[in-house]
Amino acid sequence: MKIIATACVLIGLSVAPAFAQQKPAVDPARADAVIKSAFPTAPPDWQSRLVPDETMRQCSAHHNRPPRAVAEAIQQREKAAIAYPPDGKLMGEWQKGERLAQSGYGLRFTDYPARGPNGGNCYACHQMTVQEVSYGTLGPSLLNYGKLRNFGEAEIKAAYEKIYNSQAALACSNMPRFGSNNVLTIDQIKDLVALLMSPDSPVNK
Amino acid sequence: MTTRATLIAAVCALFAATAVATGQDDATEKAIQKYRDMLRADPWSNPGLLDADRGEALWTSARGPNKVSLEKCDLGKGPGKVEGAFAELPRYFADADRVMDLETRILWCMEKLQGFNRADLVRRPHPGGGQPVKELGAMATYIASKSAEMKFAAKLEHPKERETVALGETLFVRRSGPFDFACATCHEAKGLRIRLQGLPQLANPEEARKVVGEWPAYRVSSTHVMTMQHRMYDCYWQMRMPELELGSEASVALITYLTNQARGGEIAAPGLKR
Repeated sequence: MKIIATACVLIGLSVAPAFAQQKPAVDPARADAVIKSAFPTAPPDWQSRLVPDETMRQCSAHHNRPPRAVAEAIQQREKAAIAYPPDGKLMGEWQKGERLAQSGYGLRFTDYPARGPNGGNCYACHQMTVQEVSYGTLGPSLLNYGKLRNFGEAEIKAAYEKIYNSQAALACSNMPRFGSNNVLTIDQIKDLVALLMSPDSPVNK
Repeated sequence: MTTRATLIAAVCALFAATAVATGQDDATEKAIQKYRDMLRADPWSNPGLLDADRGEALWTSARGPNKVSLEKCDLGKGPGKVEGAFAELPRYFADADRVMDLETRILWCMEKLQGFNRADLVRRPHPGGGQPVKELGAMATYIASKSAEMKFAAKLEHPKERETVALGETLFVRRSGPFDFACATCHEAKGLRIRLQGLPQLANPEEARKVVGEWPAYRVSSTHVMTMQHRMYDCYWQMRMPELELGSEASVALITYLTNQARGGEIAAPGLKR
């Protein structure tokens, strides 16, 4: 099953950029300057949002299909950026995780001052439970995620790492690097891991 | 839409666990399509037509510090020529020495002909939920409606026009911000949704031709007309980026890229959206 799932993810990625063969025709420095001038009201602490980091730059340059050596360098760098819970416990409460999965709140310019915690907005892209029919299809279905993986220890760690930094496992994944980019806290990520991997979570019912 | 459902099925056919979900997707997609069809059943029920009328009145009224109308504004086919002008935009304008889309050109005319202060016009250019489209947007709706049923035919042959298309394509795939998103994140692959909202595959001309011509569009969920500049601004908002300036080079480049993708597609402005 895991192999099939991986295959689907890989195929999903390789089907998409059928139009992606051409390299960007414009110098990245020009694109950077154009973007900087397009957001003149951005406050100083937002300037970093306008500038891609090395990983994003490589992904954009290769249209999200980096050659093997670049992909390996990205995965190595992103893996090194993962921080783990100090107490070593990777699972929190699935009930809190479900609320986070539903919420798309946070980090938009209308979200300040913050009125609540940032959400993970998982349902925007993933099917997760049979109860929630309003789900997106940008990412693979996560229905029965833990059950299909026999709730294994190594799989719990892999799920934590995937949410903390999606590109540690798959260079140029479309999924945000929630932990590394400070979108979600370690405790929030633990709650999402519980949503995926707890036997009593609605994901596995 | 059947094609879209089939493609969802094809992409995830290997995923045994989603076999059930795919059947569910079919039913969901059909229900959404029924809603879309009901919205379009009576074209005269589109409230965006009221904004097109308001835009026409604004266009022909003497306004601004200079107390002149915009009937001398050259949208590319000569001063005051409105019919079919939108179908040939964006284009390079020698007087401004830059490529402009419809809204950027109206902004330029409001500044140069009527004497409005550009900074005032770009400060809050788009309506909040429930508010009507701003004056510039109403005029854009009017001008676009005067190309309804025509096909997108911007030449985009001038070197600056070609460079603008290339820049737009580069920006389309350029990732940045805390979510690592580019336009391509949501609009490159076919047949995908955010929650229940279908995502047009704008990287594919065939699909771009079907949807780009619907803007400006009356959006039922926000109860106002949303223009193409507003659409770009709203995407960047969702991407956790700052406020995209109306008329900025980036906004024009993205719209020029999309219009080039939609070349030959029919203009159906003002459209009617969810």
